[in-house]
Amino acid sequence: MDIHEYQAKERFRAAGIPVPPGEIATTPEQAESIAAQYGGMVVVKAQVHSGGRGKAGGVKLAKDASEAKEHAAAILGMDIKGLTVEKVLVTPAEDIDTEAYVGILVDRKKQAATFMVSAEGGVDIEAVAAETPELIRKLTVDPRYGILPHQAFWLANFLYEDPALIKQASKIIGQLYTSFIESGSSMAEINPLITTPAGEVKAIDAKMSIDESELFRRPEVEAMRDTSSEPASETKAREAGLSYVKLDGDVGCCVNGAGLAMATMDLVKYYGGEPANFLDIGGSSNPDKVVAALEIITSDPNVKSILFNIFGGITRCDDVANGIVEATRRIDIKPPIVIRLTGTNEEKALEILHEAGFSAYTSMDEVVEKAVQLAQGN
Amino acid sequence: MAIFIDNDTKLVVQGITGRDGSFHTREMMAYGTNVVAGVTPGKGGQTFEGPNGKAVPIFNAMDEAVAATGANASVIYVPPAFAAGAILEAADSGVSFVVAITEGVPVLDMARAHAFAKDKGVRVLGPNCPGLISPGKSKVGILPGKIVTEGPIGLVSRSGTLTYEAVFQLTGAGLGQTTCVGIGGDPLIGTNFIDCLAAFEADPDTTGVVMIGEIGGTDEQEAAEYVSAHMTKPVVGFIAGRTAPPGRQMGHAGAIISGASGTAEDKIKAFEENGISVAQRPADLVGLIQDALA
Repeated sequence: MDIHEYQAKERFRAAGIPVPPGEIATTPEQAESIAAQYGGMVVVKAQVHSGGRGKAGGVKLAKDASEAKEHAAAILGMDIKGLTVEKVLVTPAEDIDTEAYVGILVDRKKQAATFMVSAEGGVDIEAVAAETPELIRKLTVDPRYGILPHQAFWLANFLYEDPALIKQASKIIGQLYTSFIESGSSMAEINPLITTPAGEVKAIDAKMSIDESELFRRPEVEAMRDTSSEPASETKAREAGLSYVKLDGDVGCCVNGAGLAMATMDLVKYYGGEPANFLDIGGSSNPDKVVAALEIITSDPNVKSILFNIFGGITRCDDVANGIVEATRRIDIKPPIVIRLTGTNEEKALEILHEAGFSAYTSMDEVVEKAVQLAQGN
Repeated sequence: MAIFIDNDTKLVVQGITGRDGSFHTREMMAYGTNVVAGVTPGKGGQTFEGPNGKAVPIFNAMDEAVAATGANASVIYVPPAFAAGAILEAADSGVSFVVAITEGVPVLDMARAHAFAKDKGVRVLGPNCPGLISPGKSKVGILPGKIVTEGPIGLVSRSGTLTYEAVFQLTGAGLGQTTCVGIGGDPLIGTNFIDCLAAFEADPDTTGVVMIGEIGGTDEQEAAEYVSAHMTKPVVGFIAGRTAPPGRQMGHAGAIISGASGTAEDKIKAFEENGISVAQRPADLVGLIQDALA
């Protein structure tokens, strides 16, 4: 789960990291009054779950409150990579001497959190890593000890020469680790970490992704979820306990298991179709989940055919069959449904489906090919 | 022979009295797995009734279960909040192999658990995995026993039901398996492709390997390099997620294309460059492995 810059800054502030003040505006007038309260120059920043906000024109410097109002009017409602800007952060502009990068993420290969720092801040760190890896210093943190003081110093020492700046940055690196762990994060980033002419080190941008598996024990972080940035169907799917990602095609897919769901989408493409979605109904086969899945798939107006691909292991095929029949009773489903069921309680499932007038396939290739033909009007 | 589990596997089930734990313990026992003990804190001294009149003693803690039964492996069906703790306890109890089925374990918990298990020299499979099965010998986890059959193919996969699909196709074509291993869909897993490939290479009964990967991370790319550098047995593969959009988690916590890394194209390319034939469809795996073994 991604959180917004202003939310990540709240987490950082709580850990003691020096972050300039800032407030959220949803109207140009609010932006104006926040800017007036700070006085002087401010920055108006779009709050969307996307990188490249600056390039898209979503970050603007304003010399006074009335210009802040103008910028907010332009940025609010703007579309950045398909996301509509509904909030802007208004924050005092800082005098910048240098910009550095400090980030931490879970490294799959090292199986632990790993810091990356670079004196080249304010730019795309992936590009720095690819083109000039010597400009990045990395450190994997032993999860049993956390980051040790000399390690934080070693990282900070790569950024600055001035001992006063190194001291401040070391402290910030330790605080970032604390914030990362206490937020249940998978990635936390300060880009840029600036130095000011007055010799201060500050975080003027913040990014954080949260591990979804942490949220059950971190309600204060779950409360930061912004559902306005995702399609309503994805919110509904999450609430129903389904994994769903909306795509642009017309073949609706309902599958048990993530790997099989991806392989099914790929097979739709192989047979010349386009999948309308990724949907994993999960292992437990509660008929209500199947009903919810069908409601979500049919709420997408692009869907022209619906395919079920169920390989029963823990999932019982008869439960899925009952769900399909139940859903067709409860909701009016226009697109044709084709079904493949095999595995646990397959025979019972076929009986249930036949009685309700459905036929079923046992091969994955057959059902996908059929669904693609139906979507294409054949 | 087989890898990781066989007739000598003596299994403890952690979370044996839960809904999933009790169901799958019966399934494993019915398949012939030697389940010697169960652990549920607070239910020590009780007995778990298995199929065919077989009973399994329940203990409060792993060390008691291992001391009383000589168990050498455990499987974990406890809820996400307690799963990492269960792995730590198992790794400290004397068993050498721990299979974690639980999905949704916090990743930072797993970083600690993996570091601890590594220090203890204990192999962890998973978490968020379907477990493994050595046909005719033992099954640990949730893979359906009906779809496998004994034979010479080793299978390793990050997925659950996609593994079933592939095994179903192999079995249908008369290609049996030595062991089928689901390594799990999480970002931090204890046993990776290379561990399984090395074990299959060393197993005299395995003549060829099917490797099923998916988007996210670079485990498949490293495995592909391992195959060309260290394996004499043929390996064929499949990668799920050619149509997955970047930046979105596709069900599995680890199945996400971040930036330019972890795409299906990258992985397919790495497979092909290292002599691993890649199936366009799961059904094509059968022909590829038959050709490779011919």
